[in-house]
Amino acid sequence: MTGYGDTTIWLIILAVALGTYGLRWSFLGAFGNRPMPVWAQRILRYTAVGVLPALVAPLIVWPAATGGQTDPARMIAAVVAVGLGVATRNVLAAILGGMAALYMALYLIT
Amino acid sequence: MSAQADLAVDPSPTPEQSRALRRSPRQCARHGFVQALPFILVLLPFGMLFGVVSSDAGLDLGQILGFTVLVLAGASQFTAVQLMTDHAPALVVIISAIAVNLRMAMYSASLVPWLGGARPRDRAWIAYVLIDQTYALSIQHYEKHPRLGLGQRIGYFLGAALATCPPWLGATLLGVWLGEAIPQDWALDFAIPITFLALVAPMLRSPAHVAAALVAVLAALAFAFLPSGLGLFVAAPLAMLTGAGVEMLMERRKEARA
Repeated sequence: MTGYGDTTIWLIILAVALGTYGLRWSFLGAFGNRPMPVWAQRILRYTAVGVLPALVAPLIVWPAATGGQTDPARMIAAVVAVGLGVATRNVLAAILGGMAALYMALYLIT
Repeated sequence: MSAQADLAVDPSPTPEQSRALRRSPRQCARHGFVQALPFILVLLPFGMLFGVVSSDAGLDLGQILGFTVLVLAGASQFTAVQLMTDHAPALVVIISAIAVNLRMAMYSASLVPWLGGARPRDRAWIAYVLIDQTYALSIQHYEKHPRLGLGQRIGYFLGAALATCPPWLGATLLGVWLGEAIPQDWALDFAIPITFLALVAPMLRSPAHVAAALVAVLAALAFAFLPSGLGLFVAAPLAMLTGAGVEMLMERRKEARA
């Protein structure tokens, strides 16, 4: 991994591991039978749909592999992956379909 | 809590329920193990992809296993590797990868009525193997069989974990090994974005989820000018508040109509 020392990488791994374990253990381990407030549950319900799209949107619109140029093939692949995921509710089908669309589009366009 | 209380009122257990009640904890573990087996079909390619992508990104075998064994959370591992590939500061990598796992706190809370009475030692290992698959499988089993004893519930969870967690590790190793054989020009840079989209798409099951995802995308693009991945910390909270807000609006409208 360029740009990070071995110590930094292990620091990242350990910190993420501890943080993740803390979240998993939180209520089950420490709070016993105290229920989580409704407003907190409501917000936490949207972490996955809030974090993951925000993370990938710039990667899809300005891919690093093309030097930040918007790439039609990658946009098509993204649309196919989302469409398949919504239609089939199947993660694996969406991944495979998206990658297949990417290769097909790269082959046809370039 | 309320689901447990409601279902416990039901006086006559179905044949399936009474069969479940007669199982010993060990038989419960076997039952959970078998029911969790289909998940391997999903975990295997996903774990292999992590092996391929992370070795492609330059992590060594020890570090890759460190992620897989210690973090044990696919989306979070992919997030960390993606941000490291983008040379984000370590703190941004750490906070983002943990934020992806915030849902685990929700899982943890929702298991309290079922497993909160377990010994601290048992709760400690259950927390470690609390992944999407073990959670989803166990919670539906507990709700279907509300009269199961604590030992039976723990047994079932253990079985589900044994069927899903070791294959995750094996799949990662297989991916590292395969990754060396995969040529550079396979456009694997796009495997992570595609994987994330594929993970999110099936979650778009209500207008609130769609609104949250939409705000996440728009805000992430709008704040992309911020340095080193900081846009994520603006976009994700905005999106989560949007989801919660839309959900509240819809509930109010439903109440007004009723």
